[in-house]
Amino acid sequence: MAERSQRIEIRWHGRGGQGAVTAAIVTAQAAIFEGKYAQAYPEFGAERRGAPVNAYTRISNTPIYTHAPILYPDVVVVLDPSLPWDMVLRGLKENGTVVVNSKRSPDEMREIVKRSDVRIATVDATKVALEKLGVPIVNTAMIGALIRVVPVVSIDSVIRAVKETFPGRLGEANAEAIKASYEVTRVG
Amino acid sequence: MVKWKRLPLNSNYAVAYAVKDADVDVIAAYPITPQTTIVEKIAEFLANGEFDAEMIHVESEHSALSALVGASAAGARVFTATASQGLELMHEILHIASGSRLPIVMAIATRALSAPISIWCDYSDLMNTRDASWITFINSSAQEVYDTLIMAYKIAEDPRVLLPVMSAHDGYIMSHTVEPVDVAEDPEDIRRFIPKRRDRINILDPDRPVSIGTIVRPEWFYEVKYQQVVAMREARKVIKEAQEEFASRFGRRHDVIETHMMDDAELAILTYGGIYGTAREAVDMMRAKGMKVGSVKLRLWRPFPADELRKALSNVQAVAVVDRAISYGTPIAGPVALEVISLFYDEKDAPKVISFVAGIGQRTVTEYDFVGIAEKSLKYLSSGSIPKETIYWGVRGVEV
Amino acid sequence: MAESKEKFPQTPIVLKEPKWNEVWMGALIPEPGNSVLNNTGTWRVFRPIIDQDRCIRCLICWMYCPEPAIKILDKPYKTKQGREYKITLEIDYNYCKGCGICVQECPVKAIEFVEEVK
Repeated sequence: MAERSQRIEIRWHGRGGQGAVTAAIVTAQAAIFEGKYAQAYPEFGAERRGAPVNAYTRISNTPIYTHAPILYPDVVVVLDPSLPWDMVLRGLKENGTVVVNSKRSPDEMREIVKRSDVRIATVDATKVALEKLGVPIVNTAMIGALIRVVPVVSIDSVIRAVKETFPGRLGEANAEAIKASYEVTRVG
Repeated sequence: MVKWKRLPLNSNYAVAYAVKDADVDVIAAYPITPQTTIVEKIAEFLANGEFDAEMIHVESEHSALSALVGASAAGARVFTATASQGLELMHEILHIASGSRLPIVMAIATRALSAPISIWCDYSDLMNTRDASWITFINSSAQEVYDTLIMAYKIAEDPRVLLPVMSAHDGYIMSHTVEPVDVAEDPEDIRRFIPKRRDRINILDPDRPVSIGTIVRPEWFYEVKYQQVVAMREARKVIKEAQEEFASRFGRRHDVIETHMMDDAELAILTYGGIYGTAREAVDMMRAKGMKVGSVKLRLWRPFPADELRKALSNVQAVAVVDRAISYGTPIAGPVALEVISLFYDEKDAPKVISFVAGIGQRTVTEYDFVGIAEKSLKYLSSGSIPKETIYWGVRGVEV
Repeated sequence: MAESKEKFPQTPIVLKEPKWNEVWMGALIPEPGNSVLNNTGTWRVFRPIIDQDRCIRCLICWMYCPEPAIKILDKPYKTKQGREYKITLEIDYNYCKGCGICVQECPVKAIEFVEEVK
């Protein structure tokens, strides 16, 4: 169906404190700035630092009515590669995309992911975050990697969204993190 | 021309923006998940000086609504929000607010009732308030949440109505889901739509003293309660007028029900809240496969939009009503299904009503569940045997 | 079903009272203070009587009276013992229900409680 084919569904996997929920919202916000329709929501549960956290972003050029969870994402973004891979890859569509925070190359990552159909991108987001923010909060760096591989929104819109979310110097630093990771993301 | 800014807001924040733009005077609330961020956001607006109101920090929801009864009796425009056990704790004051005819507006982020403890969404809290004489809206998107709350003041404060209004949205499924919402660039545009009025008689004014909260003997009480029956009846008209004026001023049209693909539908799926959108998309999926299914959204729960529903459902063979609350011990356990059945009582060629319960305690409901519900309903229809009891969709160990 | 020929007596309802749309909305009372129209002193069995010579004008009876039916009057009084007061306390028998609280509370036992002669 035409309406559905223009919709992209992204699932974010992180641990509490890494900012997966904020990343999902900032990406949706960027899409809304571009006049698109978007939805973002956390996996609803008890929030605690270190625990696995899922968040979701839907982006479409037509209105989104559903409030069902995303079961079959087009893209999964992995903020912490130590998360169990069967959980991360669950339901990922054929020919989908995996974006991973890792020092490994996409080819090395494919041996871990063990799926030949999907596209794999890797970025050392922890390094970017430490350089630009001074803390290992990798969410904004992972947005940079995501839009490099799947250009659902422009980098300008994302930077605008991140600056609105974090006013002042923090916003500037996060914008730098997005730009830097956008440059260093490797696509397999 | 009214200017809008499109913001990424979850339904809780959409409520907070509406409260700010409606220039509410007094807010009293007690925190409860998943409502809490409504009042947190309002507190942020107040702290930033984005609007001015009296925020009363109370020790319970019972006190929150009690404080508003007082503030509303003093003539203030008031707001509170709650969920689940909080709404249960308010229950006593719900009736006092409506019986005193005070135009209080309350947002509900619906949540299952304990025990066992669940912080997740269903409508058991809202449905328990069914007979409290509150006008009750159930929203299906964050935009609707913002718009309904603004209209709520228009409706509640109308001298033909003077009843409190509840405006509900799904806990988590909407309260924590960010969606694009057009909010007024200039709150004055909203405030011109709902100017504050002091023309009601039940305001405590030293220059025009009245007593509120009286004891009424048997030979008077019944007449006073009948006034509420009439006010609810009047509310149907006032709600239509408010929607009409809202649409002409602001360009966004809402109605007490909404239909999708119903023109030639043989089966209708009727539901409410956040999962209505899911049902609507399921209908598109089924239409693509040639299934003649449509969807109906119930946006207004009290007063029940009987005429509109009767009309919308007049041509279908069956309607599957999907409820997210259980009325225990009844054959038809879905509160909305019960009302839909009563619509067609004793009518010839009435559509068959099939009652489903789903999404209890936020059990996941997806498009595929609605496809399953539709397929099951069509099977019942073709076999000619419609179940006389509610079908508990998705509960483990029960064959349907 | 054949209708019964027999006439049943009607349940007593107050037909002369105002109709639903003539009753004030929400049962509010638009004339506050109208309880003065209700003379609550009509069913008293015992009557409190203040002994003006023993009364020390402490106002405890006035404070405790639930009605309130104790009046403070600007009426000077000189007791038998020669003590002068600027005020006098009197009971408003239109409203005094005869509850006896003033009798109980009076610290100098200056209030008598006598049966009404009806």
